[in-house]
Amino acid sequence: MKNIKLAFFVLFSLVFGLYTYGAPLADISKNENTKGDIKTEIKEYISHHLKDSHSYSLTSWVDEDTGKKVYLELPLPVILYDDGFHFFMSSKLKHGKTVVESSGNFYRLNYDKSKIFKTNKEGEFRYDENNKILNFAPIDFSITKNITSIILVAFIMFFLFSGLAKSFSKNKGISKGVGRFFEPIILYIRDEIAIPNIGEKKYKNYMSFLLTIFFFIWFLNMLGLTPLGVNATGNIAVTFSLALLTFLITNFTANKSYWGHIFWMPGVPVLIKIVLAPIELLGVFIKPFSLLIRLYANIQAGHIVLYSLIGLMFIFQNWIGSSLSFVLAFFISIIEILVALLQAYIFTMLSALYFGFAVAEEDH
Amino acid sequence: MEIPVIVGGGLVVIGVGIGIGLTGKGAMEAIGRQPDASGKIQVAALILAALVEGIGFAALFAL
Repeated sequence: MKNIKLAFFVLFSLVFGLYTYGAPLADISKNENTKGDIKTEIKEYISHHLKDSHSYSLTSWVDEDTGKKVYLELPLPVILYDDGFHFFMSSKLKHGKTVVESSGNFYRLNYDKSKIFKTNKEGEFRYDENNKILNFAPIDFSITKNITSIILVAFIMFFLFSGLAKSFSKNKGISKGVGRFFEPIILYIRDEIAIPNIGEKKYKNYMSFLLTIFFFIWFLNMLGLTPLGVNATGNIAVTFSLALLTFLITNFTANKSYWGHIFWMPGVPVLIKIVLAPIELLGVFIKPFSLLIRLYANIQAGHIVLYSLIGLMFIFQNWIGSSLSFVLAFFISIIEILVALLQAYIFTMLSALYFGFAVAEEDH
Repeated sequence: MEIPVIVGGGLVVIGVGIGIGLTGKGAMEAIGRQPDASGKIQVAALILAALVEGIGFAALFAL
């Protein structure tokens, strides 16, 4: 049985690798320079897909007759604030080729930076000497792909857990169905993460936050690995907000001994206290900052490696190179599944540790 | 990509490799001495490896 599985896997990877043979080169931007070099095209494709985008695109191909790129996509609404709100659908943006007019102002999407800028009627971008864009960028409140993914995960979590709570109360504490999978996880978070770090008396205040953060990060990471998934936690703004919540909760529910330990550490001579105070103050900011960077960098690096390996399949267009790249990408995907769970666990555990410091009892 | 950036990136990866390797060495020895505690040791080793990796990634992204 094991030999059949291995043979099937090898055959599948060969076939999948051969699929890339003779892949037609699509023209990403017809009015710009690079044409024909497959490595540059793959680089542009990857760097565009790692960023957020204003429309949920499924696939795209080059139409044979007209030579233009045809997108199969779901356009999402664009909401800009520029002395008043402007609403329009992102299909009007046409991926950065046209200028959209909305109540007297002209806006154009810059394809490389995935950002909307305010331009004049012809849609020009003005660059300074370092190649930075000088146009004014309005505040962008639009529903982008990442926001759609976050809303979807929020709905999934809400319906899943309220359904679980109802079935618990109906069955007098015995879990049935999906509850059998989630109950050990929730008990693990309570018994191994919350109680050892925060203590018996106060852990209940923080349990809801810890549970929410754990499942939110886990589901977002896992959804980012699926074919139609979106790279939500690989966006520094998302992880920044999560780390900001940990920072605010730590500092607003801290008791006096926590602040005492930072500014005037008891039990050391006065000279060392004065030296330690700035370092501890920096530590207050650096600890949530490390949470932010760790989650962002892990997930983003995983996606970059996966995309590059899949792009490697298209560069080697022969039977052995493409198949081996496919196998490598497959195994790295499996590692990414482990990393998704591990990063959620580490974020939750370190948040619980910081909450524990904040409410630690003075027992000198 | 200038030469100092490349050399710095390589040094960061060497540092992360040594850090996680030493953590693994301590974990393996501890499991060898007391196989019953292998669950707790595994959890602690995984957490420490993720902390070291966090520093490595932060440095790589700041490059």
